[in-house]
Amino acid sequence: MSDNLIEIHDLSFAYGKRLVLKGIDLTARRGQVIAIMGISGGGKTTLLRLIGGSLKPTSGVLKVDGVDMSGLDRDALYQLRRRMGMLFQFGALFTDMSVFDNVAFPLREHTDLPEEMVRDLVLMKLNAVGLRGAHDLMPSELSGGMARRVALARAIALEPSLILYDEPFAGLDPISLGVTGNLIRRLTDTLGVTSIVVTHDIQESLRMVDYVYFVSEGVIAAQGTPDELRASTEPFVHQFVHGEENGPVPFHYPAPPYADELELAA
Amino acid sequence: MQRATLDLWVGIFVVAGIAAILFLALRVGNMGSFDSASTYTVKAEFDNIGGLKARAPIKSAGVVVGRVAEIGFDSAMYEATVTMKLDTRYKFPKDSSASIMTSGLLGEQYVALEAGGEEKMLSEGDTLKITQGAVVLENLIGQFLYNKSEEAPKAAEPK
Amino acid sequence: MNSLLDSLRGIGARVIDSIWRMGVATRFFLMTLLQSGQSFRRFHLVIREIYSAGVLSLIIILVSGLFVGMVLGLQGYETLQTYGSEEALGVLVSLSLVRELGPVVAALLFASRAGSAITAEIGLMKATEQLAAMEMMAVDPVARVVAPRFWGAVISMPILAALFSAMGILGGYLVGVVLIGVDEGAFWSQMQAAVDFREDILNGVLKSVVFGVAVTAIALFEGYDAPPTAEGVSRATTRTVVTSSLAILGLDFILTAFMFRGV
Ligand SMILES: Nc1ncnc2c1ncn2[C@@H]1O[C@H](COP(=O)(O)OP(=O)(O)OP(=O)(O)O)[C@@H](O)[C@H]1O
Ligand SMILES: [Mg+2]
Repeated sequence: MSDNLIEIHDLSFAYGKRLVLKGIDLTARRGQVIAIMGISGGGKTTLLRLIGGSLKPTSGVLKVDGVDMSGLDRDALYQLRRRMGMLFQFGALFTDMSVFDNVAFPLREHTDLPEEMVRDLVLMKLNAVGLRGAHDLMPSELSGGMARRVALARAIALEPSLILYDEPFAGLDPISLGVTGNLIRRLTDTLGVTSIVVTHDIQESLRMVDYVYFVSEGVIAAQGTPDELRASTEPFVHQFVHGEENGPVPFHYPAPPYADELELAA
Repeated sequence: MQRATLDLWVGIFVVAGIAAILFLALRVGNMGSFDSASTYTVKAEFDNIGGLKARAPIKSAGVVVGRVAEIGFDSAMYEATVTMKLDTRYKFPKDSSASIMTSGLLGEQYVALEAGGEEKMLSEGDTLKITQGAVVLENLIGQFLYNKSEEAPKAAEPK
Repeated sequence: MNSLLDSLRGIGARVIDSIWRMGVATRFFLMTLLQSGQSFRRFHLVIREIYSAGVLSLIIILVSGLFVGMVLGLQGYETLQTYGSEEALGVLVSLSLVRELGPVVAALLFASRAGSAITAEIGLMKATEQLAAMEMMAVDPVARVVAPRFWGAVISMPILAALFSAMGILGGYLVGVVLIGVDEGAFWSQMQAAVDFREDILNGVLKSVVFGVAVTAIALFEGYDAPPTAEGVSRATTRTVVTSSLAILGLDFILTAFMFRGV
């Protein structure tokens, strides 16, 4: 068994003709929390989808647990996914089921556990995200942050060995944010899970992750441990860590010059 | 297995559906009154069946006793072969006669069975000997006109 | 010249596009059938869908059936009376309902009530990434979401059509016998003499099964294929109603030609 759960080498991906990822290299060791950061629209969600197998790489190598993802048939992919959990950017809770049934869903689909055991496990997971009391609410009765925490409980229901988080902190108040951050860390440490966290929250990331990758314009622009990044003098990293608008990272989506578009030149 | 109110509703729905089909089958349609289990088959040859169709009723004394199962053409005799399924509850003598009648002036056509006098009864596969084909309205009118025209010169002669 | 070429090219592209879509739909339909095993092993999933497709359509089906039957009774009486054969009212009402109106009108109502709901639901599940989430949990959405809805709706359709016909005949009875005063005995006995179980009733049920398959397959595919936006889902819902209504009427013509010709 290799030490690396995820190995990505020279990975490219295009939506139709638009190249979104151009040659990514990334590795995640077992038991690590890895953060993927970068500007909005930079291709972070796309990268997670590739790791989860819902998109196929255009070129390059992507291995999860030693298995090459591009040559996988459906059954093998599903087999692999039973050991993955994914937290979607907007939660993606099943709107026709209660919170309880949402969390119970993977347990009921993949195990033959008796209903009492399912109940105990679900309440345990919900307790971990602080929403045990909300178990009979419907998703429409939850706030955005609560929905994301329920989705987190659902993602960890089967105690997977790899969890992919798409922006777990967005829309959380500072307390839930801290608690969620600690939860991710604790899961990783106690269960030996590997976590990939896509996030914009630089401070929280630097506090709890083991390693950070910056994705910008489809390539890894910078990487390092939190300590290395804090100490970094590279302008790109500096801009990110301190949240400045002007720097090497463009805030704007590629566009013709502003003045031209407003026809100020005329 | 736990029961939910949802299951109750689905149960009601399915039972109502079955009831509706039973209602259609028993009250609206004529299911099973003449199916093959309780019928015997008798054949009859007619020189002309007129507008008789499969599934037309077979009546005796006005009571429906069977249905026409099949209509064929006998190319040796140039006659129509009508296969009839009669209810086993009703027995008819071997020398009964069949004729094709019309209910009302323009109504549907049916086969009328007239009981004969013989002791032996009809059984599966028998053929009726005495038949009377359909009265075709056009022929009737034609005949009537022909007779009239024959009469007319005779009436004129004495003058 | 150029614009002519362009419009020709546009038509060609559209034709190819629809044929392509047809192929995708067929593959989706076959996949649904292939992935149906789970629906029968875990039948409560189907029960749930019978509830939302069948039970929730009951009111509209029963009420419409009653009214259609009453109108048939009234109109039929007016027409038959001029030929002095108002006893045939039962025959007219029952045959038109059992053979045609029951299956067809019930299926049209079903398409707009249950079909559109199925499309909207699946389209929204896709737009909010619920189907993607399911797939990430190694649960096939076709087996878990699509197939149970298919069987639930296909089972519901003939039941609804039979209820529609039965209600309609009661409606015709109410108007013809109770209100107008057609002879009750003649009403039922002529009906029984003319309506055959196998030829008329079973063929009507068969029709409704075919319509149920068509409507549900269209509704599921439109939902699954909808662009993941509010506009995309709303368009798909409209398309479901339009396409399945046309499919019902077209199929009805074909089936009628096969079933009731030369009898
Ligand atoms: N289904 C799609 N089809 C075509 N292009 C897409 C699709 N999904 C995303 N993109 C494009 O790919 C690029 C990367 O998208 P992605 O969702 O991965 O960004 P992201 O880094 O997750 O952004 P955010 O932080 O805002 O979530 C974007 O420019 C987007 O326009
Ligand atoms: Mg994203």
